[in-house]
Amino acid sequence: MAFKEIELNMGPQHPSTHGVLRLKVTVDNEVVLKVEPIIGYLHRGMEKLWENATYPQILPFTDRLDYLAAVSNNLAYVLAVEKLMGVEIPKRAQYIRVILAELQRLASHLSAVGFMANEMGAVSVLLYCFQSREGIMDIFENYTGGRLMVHGVRIGGVPFDLDEDVTGLIRRSLAEIPGRIKDIEGLLNENRIWEHRTRGIGVIKPEDAFALGLTGPALRATGFAWDIRKNIPYCSYEDFDFEVPVLAGGDVYDRYLVRMEEMRQSMRIIEQALDRLPQGEFRLRVPRLLKIPPGEVFHTVEAPKGELGFYIKSDGTDKPERVKMKSPSFINLQSLELMCKGNLFSDIVGILGSLDIVLGEIDK
Amino acid sequence: MRAETWIFEFLIPVAKIIAVILYPMIMVIVMIWLERRVVAWIQGRVGPNRVGFQGLLQPIADALKLFFKEDIIPKEADAFLFNISPPLVMFSSLLAFCFVPLGESFRVGGYTLNLWVADSPVGLLLVLGLSAIGVFGIIFGGWASNSKYPLMGALRSVVQVLSYEIPIGLTVLTVVFFSGSIDLIEIVNHQQHGRVWFGFMLPVSFVVFWISGIAETNRAPFDLPEAESELVAGYHTEYSGLKFAYFYIAEYTHMVLVSSLVVILFFGGWLPPFPNVRFLSFLGWIPGFVWYLIKIMFFLYVYVWIRATLPRYRFDALIKLAWKWLVPLSLANLFVVVALKYLL
Repeated sequence: MAFKEIELNMGPQHPSTHGVLRLKVTVDNEVVLKVEPIIGYLHRGMEKLWENATYPQILPFTDRLDYLAAVSNNLAYVLAVEKLMGVEIPKRAQYIRVILAELQRLASHLSAVGFMANEMGAVSVLLYCFQSREGIMDIFENYTGGRLMVHGVRIGGVPFDLDEDVTGLIRRSLAEIPGRIKDIEGLLNENRIWEHRTRGIGVIKPEDAFALGLTGPALRATGFAWDIRKNIPYCSYEDFDFEVPVLAGGDVYDRYLVRMEEMRQSMRIIEQALDRLPQGEFRLRVPRLLKIPPGEVFHTVEAPKGELGFYIKSDGTDKPERVKMKSPSFINLQSLELMCKGNLFSDIVGILGSLDIVLGEIDK
Repeated sequence: MRAETWIFEFLIPVAKIIAVILYPMIMVIVMIWLERRVVAWIQGRVGPNRVGFQGLLQPIADALKLFFKEDIIPKEADAFLFNISPPLVMFSSLLAFCFVPLGESFRVGGYTLNLWVADSPVGLLLVLGLSAIGVFGIIFGGWASNSKYPLMGALRSVVQVLSYEIPIGLTVLTVVFFSGSIDLIEIVNHQQHGRVWFGFMLPVSFVVFWISGIAETNRAPFDLPEAESELVAGYHTEYSGLKFAYFYIAEYTHMVLVSSLVVILFFGGWLPPFPNVRFLSFLGWIPGFVWYLIKIMFFLYVYVWIRATLPRYRFDALIKLAWKWLVPLSLANLFVVVALKYLL
């Protein structure tokens, strides 16, 4: 056809680039030849800011990284700090952290699935997902007072004890969400349009995924069973009985299924944690002016988006010398081009949705 | 000139012409409201409910807002084509309504009032032709914008409409074959007198026509030319203000037109249902126009329902659906219908 390759700019103001991502897409007719993500529109200089903040002051910054999963960020940072301090926190605090982190995973996966469906035209699914997410937001609001930028974890424990109100809300959400997930699966799973748009689209081979450092649900959808909660347990995840869903397709459909199954597993973990919530202290006494002896540490957690790690180097003062973040979205975004090549232009948005990136985390 | 002739020869036709512009407009307003409320209801939201009773005046408020917006023509755009395409789209779908009968004619005193503007013996052809002309507006608009997203939207639209014209033509043929006329009024009259409506007689034709009709109006799940998550707003990305409103209204008018066609061709137009059931004969007392509206509203509702349920087709699947399924199906359908008609 006498139609030359054209270069399209998707974003930074585009309805489906999840914020301010810009994609330089080269297409031949509708076939994608090249995708170049251009990032940095949301850069706030987080890592430099952290060098001038005390350890507890850094905590609120981490909320603003992955703003759809604030608690997971808090947890990753706090665990790294505690590892550097060399303290063991009370069991009850650990369980409450697990509950909060898994609730956050639920919320994050719900919005991921919702946005992915929305990008392929199934707007109702997004709204159903957000109604369930609303319940989780309410839990956070009741617990900490914040909804989106939840500040749910503190160095040395959690800010509040779990009271009857919050556990009641959690149990109500747990009772309600499975039905909602079933609704969503009813709308999508056997839907021929949905299958056509997701099956065999954006396939990535396990070795490529491994080479690119892909983590999280996207990695588990390639058949690689890697979940830090299982492989290197933290926060007493080893106490809970849960499975890590793994599928071998490596396409958008499998990433969607992995997320759906992970939501079920998260609910299992929350239920177990609520039932077996140990008595005791919910935080350690930590000095307000926290000085950490010199040293360096790296700690990763399984955030909803993938493997989230914090590297902290302390020079003995109340401020860290350097904090470096290994953000899953940033690394997962690398594989976009490999996934998109040869697919159609319409698939880019679906693949991007299935990667579940958050620009706050990429640009830092 | 006598006053009566003046009324009959001049006033009533002019009133009809005004009505034929007003009627789609009112339907568009109702439709925009219905769509937003029904989609909101399906999705568990509230939807617009502040302006007027239950938000009924919201579309008017939106139109007023668009009216006062700045009219932007991109610098490198072809101004002539850019300006001409919204009226072209609007004109084609409005003009088609001249040939769409809204009800049976009735007598007022000595005067027979027809509820249509023009009674053409080739009404069906005209309506199909006019609704196809609207595509030119989309192509011109997408091309003249001199922008990449509108261009891709326009290209998709061309392919889509070209593909779906064929099954529409083939299925309409089956109806024409049975009624022996391409006059829309004749087609409705043919379904009267205890005969089965064509929709039940030719279910395959109806289904193919309905699917193609949705595709022809660029509605979900076939709304690729304006797929918002991919092409921002498709062919009307660069339009603003009143010109954007033209495209918007034209799309809804087109939906009303397709629903009208479905009702006329397959569901007996203004005819009441169950004419043979004795105890339901009171249904015949309700004026034809009301039946007609009820049926149209049903199909418009189905439009909205589908939109709220299904994901969007991908470009290649859309073309495949047309050429690999609908065209062979409608061809086979045509042959079967013709064979049956001659054998029985």
